[in-house]
Amino acid sequence: MKFRAKIVDLACLNHFTRVSNMIAKLAKTCTLRISPEKLNFILSDKLASGGVSMWCELEQENIFSEFQMEGVSAENNAIYLELTSENLSRALKTAQNARALKIKLTNKQFPCLTVSVELQLSSSSSSRIVTHDIPIKVIPRRLWKDLQEPSVPNSDVSIYLPALKTMKSVVEKMKNISNQLVIEANLNGELNLKIETELVCVTTHFKDLGNPLLPSESVSQSRHPEDMAEVHIDIRKLLQFLAGQQVTPTKAVCNIVSNRTVHFDLLLEDVSLQYFIPALS
Amino acid sequence: MSYPAQSFLSVFRSLAMVEKTVEKCCISLSSSNSHLVVQLHCKYGVKKTHNLSFQDCESLQAVFNPALCPHLLRAPARVLADAVLSFPPALTEVTLGIGHGRRVILRSYQEEADSTNKVMVTETSIGEEDFLQLHAPEGTAVTFCLKEFRGLLSFAESANLPLTVHFDVPGRPVIFTIEDSLLDSHFVLATLLEQNPCSQDLCSPSPRQPMPQKQAHSIPHLDDFTNDDIDCYMIAMETTVGSEGSRAQPSTSLPPVSQPSHDLAPASEEEEEAEPSTVPGTPPPKKFRSLFFGSILDPVHSTQDPSPVLAEDSDGEG
Repeated sequence: MKFRAKIVDLACLNHFTRVSNMIAKLAKTCTLRISPEKLNFILSDKLASGGVSMWCELEQENIFSEFQMEGVSAENNAIYLELTSENLSRALKTAQNARALKIKLTNKQFPCLTVSVELQLSSSSSSRIVTHDIPIKVIPRRLWKDLQEPSVPNSDVSIYLPALKTMKSVVEKMKNISNQLVIEANLNGELNLKIETELVCVTTHFKDLGNPLLPSESVSQSRHPEDMAEVHIDIRKLLQFLAGQQVTPTKAVCNIVSNRTVHFDLLLEDVSLQYFIPALS
Repeated sequence: MSYPAQSFLSVFRSLAMVEKTVEKCCISLSSSNSHLVVQLHCKYGVKKTHNLSFQDCESLQAVFNPALCPHLLRAPARVLADAVLSFPPALTEVTLGIGHGRRVILRSYQEEADSTNKVMVTETSIGEEDFLQLHAPEGTAVTFCLKEFRGLLSFAESANLPLTVHFDVPGRPVIFTIEDSLLDSHFVLATLLEQNPCSQDLCSPSPRQPMPQKQAHSIPHLDDFTNDDIDCYMIAMETTVGSEGSRAQPSTSLPPVSQPSHDLAPASEEEEEAEPSTVPGTPPPKKFRSLFFGSILDPVHSTQDPSPVLAEDSDGEG
């Protein structure tokens, strides 16, 4: 098993750092899957995360100038590692003005992902090297089946999201009133966030959001455009997802499977993020 | 006399205000009621008087002499301050030493007891060119408290003065000096006493391998960055589907990490700041292993007797 990669372009480095910061906010521990074409950050431990799952994918050639990997075997040419997300984002934070960054799979006292940063500081004539050894756990192949790309469910409603920052500030305030939130949307470009308690009901309405075009055989064809599809979810999970979004996404879609799942499908430049929040039972 | 530093600091809390409005500052001792009187004479006839109470205490004389330390390095404070930025704020101890190629290395230090809960290790390597003076051989290293180090670094940086580090073998204190025409300050920190330095070498078959030549494998990150061809890809995995076993089994070809059977020092508080004292006592010895400089030091040198103590444990101050 082998992995080494290098980033020399500052813009790519910043992009990768932003992705890593986002992952650190979304999942304390996550799985990093390394394959010849892609890197994935995966959260699939349904028990630990309370049913939330995440699949983040980026094309390695958009980030790395050099990339070599050898998986577990020829037929299974991938590497699955478990790591604490914050370690990676912390390591990348020290690379803000780096000339080059290298990531390697190493074995120091324990298996590590070693991040080496070469910095050129104005205060020094020579380059400074900062190395971080991030402890990792290699995930054995028999567990890989639980870490595959989730299948996109047949949603009842698919809608473009409003500004995530706005959603976040709304949900943040709502969290003080209730632990449960209802997210509902229809094919008329309307999305509502609702909380209900004995004393008060609060609803925030978003209009004119637009709905992505649906495939013609979709179940939703027969759906009345005004009908709302709704899911009751844990408000903290929604807030955690929104808090992780520091950048305005290129595209943000919300798919709702009535009373089952909310599926967020975001595109951040070339990085795709899918986040699933299950309905409260 | 001694008094809480916070009280004294609170007099000068707002530096901007002090610079703008204070014309004169008088510090005197009021013998009548045991107060230190700090009077700020400000603009427009305003006078602010602060009475700080103090306690008499023993006259303390720290026993240390930078000239006795064989190793020295000197750099603008900025160089070292930049280096410690990459460490997490919560990190308690850091190891400073000279590595391969005469580079100065600062590395986060983890106690052996934490090895089950694996923590990220961060290391910064600084080229010799950034130092005004460097008189220390490769392989020397000492470990001390990072928090205190950060504090004295920010002082040196704000005063825009170079910092000199005098050190010796692990266990002997490290002395940081900052001086100019107006002030002469010495910060003395205790360092950790070294334990068996070579027991952590994964690459040698036997746990005791004193020669540094075989250490190249354990210090790959000190290699020249641009020629980095040494990779350690030694994580072997179970490759058969459906095999039982624990989540990640290391290959049996790897030598097991040798667990030394040394007693770790009881969890007594680490002596972080050498307090001057006239009564010699014995500091709680805290053992650690030198992990990455290779075993430059002959294991025989790890002293069994505690070195003569220069200062006693500080009393529990507020």
